[in-house]
Amino acid sequence: MPFLTVKFNLQKRVKLAQGLWLIYWLSVILGIMIFSLGIFFKIELRKRSEVMDNIESHLVPNLLILVGMLACGLNAFGGKMCHDCLDPMKFSKMKSMLKPFMLLSCGFNILLLLVVLLCFLMQFSIYLTLAEGLKNSIRFYKDTDTPGRCFMKRTLDMTQIEFRCCGNNNFRDWFEVQWISNRYLDMNNDVVKDRVLSNVEGKYLMDSVPFSCCNPGSPRPCIQHHLTNNSVHYDYDHRTEELNIWNRGCREAVFSYYSSIMTSIGVLISADVAGLKYLSTTLETMADPENPECESEGWLLEKGVKETFTDMLAKLKTLGRGNQVQEGENTPEVAT
Amino acid sequence: MALLKMKFNQQRRVRLAQGLWLLSWLALTCGAFVFCLGVYLKTELLRRDEVMDNGEIHVVPNILIMVGLASIGTNWIASRVCQDSLDTSRFPRWKVLLLAWFVVAALVCCLLLTVVVLSYALQGRLEESLKVGLRNGIRFYKDTDVPGRCFQKETIDHLQMEFRCCGNNNFKDWFEVQWVSNRYLDFTSQEVKDRIRSNVDNRYLLDGVPFSCCNPASPRPCLQYHLTDSRAHYNYEYQSEELNLYSRGCRQALTDYYMGLMNSTGPGVLSVILIQMSVLLSMRYLQTAVEGAMALEDPEGESEGYLLEKGVKETYQDVRAKVLNVVKFGQVDPAEEASGAAEGEKTTDTSTEKAATPPPAS
Repeated sequence: MPFLTVKFNLQKRVKLAQGLWLIYWLSVILGIMIFSLGIFFKIELRKRSEVMDNIESHLVPNLLILVGMLACGLNAFGGKMCHDCLDPMKFSKMKSMLKPFMLLSCGFNILLLLVVLLCFLMQFSIYLTLAEGLKNSIRFYKDTDTPGRCFMKRTLDMTQIEFRCCGNNNFRDWFEVQWISNRYLDMNNDVVKDRVLSNVEGKYLMDSVPFSCCNPGSPRPCIQHHLTNNSVHYDYDHRTEELNIWNRGCREAVFSYYSSIMTSIGVLISADVAGLKYLSTTLETMADPENPECESEGWLLEKGVKETFTDMLAKLKTLGRGNQVQEGENTPEVAT
Repeated sequence: MALLKMKFNQQRRVRLAQGLWLLSWLALTCGAFVFCLGVYLKTELLRRDEVMDNGEIHVVPNILIMVGLASIGTNWIASRVCQDSLDTSRFPRWKVLLLAWFVVAALVCCLLLTVVVLSYALQGRLEESLKVGLRNGIRFYKDTDVPGRCFQKETIDHLQMEFRCCGNNNFKDWFEVQWVSNRYLDFTSQEVKDRIRSNVDNRYLLDGVPFSCCNPASPRPCLQYHLTDSRAHYNYEYQSEELNLYSRGCRQALTDYYMGLMNSTGPGVLSVILIQMSVLLSMRYLQTAVEGAMALEDPEGESEGYLLEKGVKETYQDVRAKVLNVVKFGQVDPAEEASGAAEGEKTTDTSTEKAATPPPAS
């Protein structure tokens, strides 16, 4: 009992083929878009690689690039097939390739679903790498003379300016590290000596933040030093006043940027899978004319869903059993 | 003696029409490119509108937009003419339009040349406009509570951060204005009182700059206050040390940016001019060749195509005589009809003296 049969005459078949051809070429364009999105995402990750801890988060963009290229190839081939399928001579040539193409398309759909899933799951790993990476960046902010870390200051400053954020969770992260290098501290000064002696590790800690935390939209010239000391600034109460530095943490800011990219990529691919791919595979299975001029039947699956499934399982089992039988026959020779 | 005469048989005429059709579509794409260029340039200029004093530089993108649209129109008409040119029944209806078309196409080429010249010539005016605009921006930096100026601070800060510049000519421009609003100054403090009394206008001047002048690439945390005082900071020498602020002035930065934009589009515009000129010349050849063929007994035979029917000098004299005739015709008729009102029509044109009609009574 075929699954979801529809009757087709020549007119309907032609319309179906034309519609399918259009869908395939739309899918090619979508494949190109996925490819370019993959490249864009890879570049964005590379740009901020210094504030991220490890490099394995490049799995998603690499996969996207691969999937985009595969999508282009498969869909272009499908489009060509659609173009030829109404010509009985060409169709008979392509009939043999039809079944493997179907299998490939199904496998490709599963790959797309996997990529969507990864897009949503990898966001956690990005969050964790960002947390670790930003913490290190803040710690190494002052090391502009240490090779390998000398650009940390500039990277972190540009990140804070661009993403409008300050510190890891908030601006108080800057109070806990020494972000001024010892080269610029006058160790003979009493104030400096007091601060250095005020903590166990001998770090010069202060209640100030770097200039890149400043918010240009604030009406007041930026207050970045002595943030918790009300008496130093005129008309200033740090508890009640809206500070003129960014109050968002960089981990939240950068993460929301990347997660929005990944979510939109995931949504785009799911729309592609749901809308186009399913339609094209079902329609392709249905366009199967034996007799070109007469009416024919198109179906999704030759037998019902359950029967097709049991058939497939049986086929797989025979494959496995086939090996076993042969082994059974051979083992008497080996055993002896 | 025709100018640049060429012989065209039927096959060559067909090839000319086809070639011109392709060329006109190419020129249409170039016209669209010029239009997009104009729109992009205008958007970029409008984005920084607040630091520009006058809008004189806007004439460049405006002309580009106009010329782009005109070019799209003329080239589309050219392609239609090409399609009709080999059909003797349809070609005559374009005859009248073609004269106007030539005028418009020549105008387009001239305007494009003007744009290229202007984009170099207006550099001085742009700098002036930026100088005044930036000076005002720096002066009104502190007025975040005055309606109409409350976004100056944010604009200037974003500008300095994006273009990596500080002040008008350099960072010392900030020393000459009060950029901290009075709302945030403690007038009971001795230091504030000293600073205010130190100048005639009672402004709170300090040797400091806003945070947006800070250069993130500098290895040292940003020093923005007490810049001229070497003792205020450790290991700091005002005269010798490379400050960790941006050393470029914003006027220079913005001028460089806009000049770079306009100069990089120069070669593109020049090639568009060349393409448009070749469309113009080919269209003239096609017109004369097809008209010559239609005048022959055998339409498929050979005809001549030329740029000008007579030589350059003779054509110029002809055109001049025609124009004066029209002008003279307009003057003589009213003088004959209304003899009393002849005073108004008296003209100093020498050609009227040559006229056979009696001079108007004064």
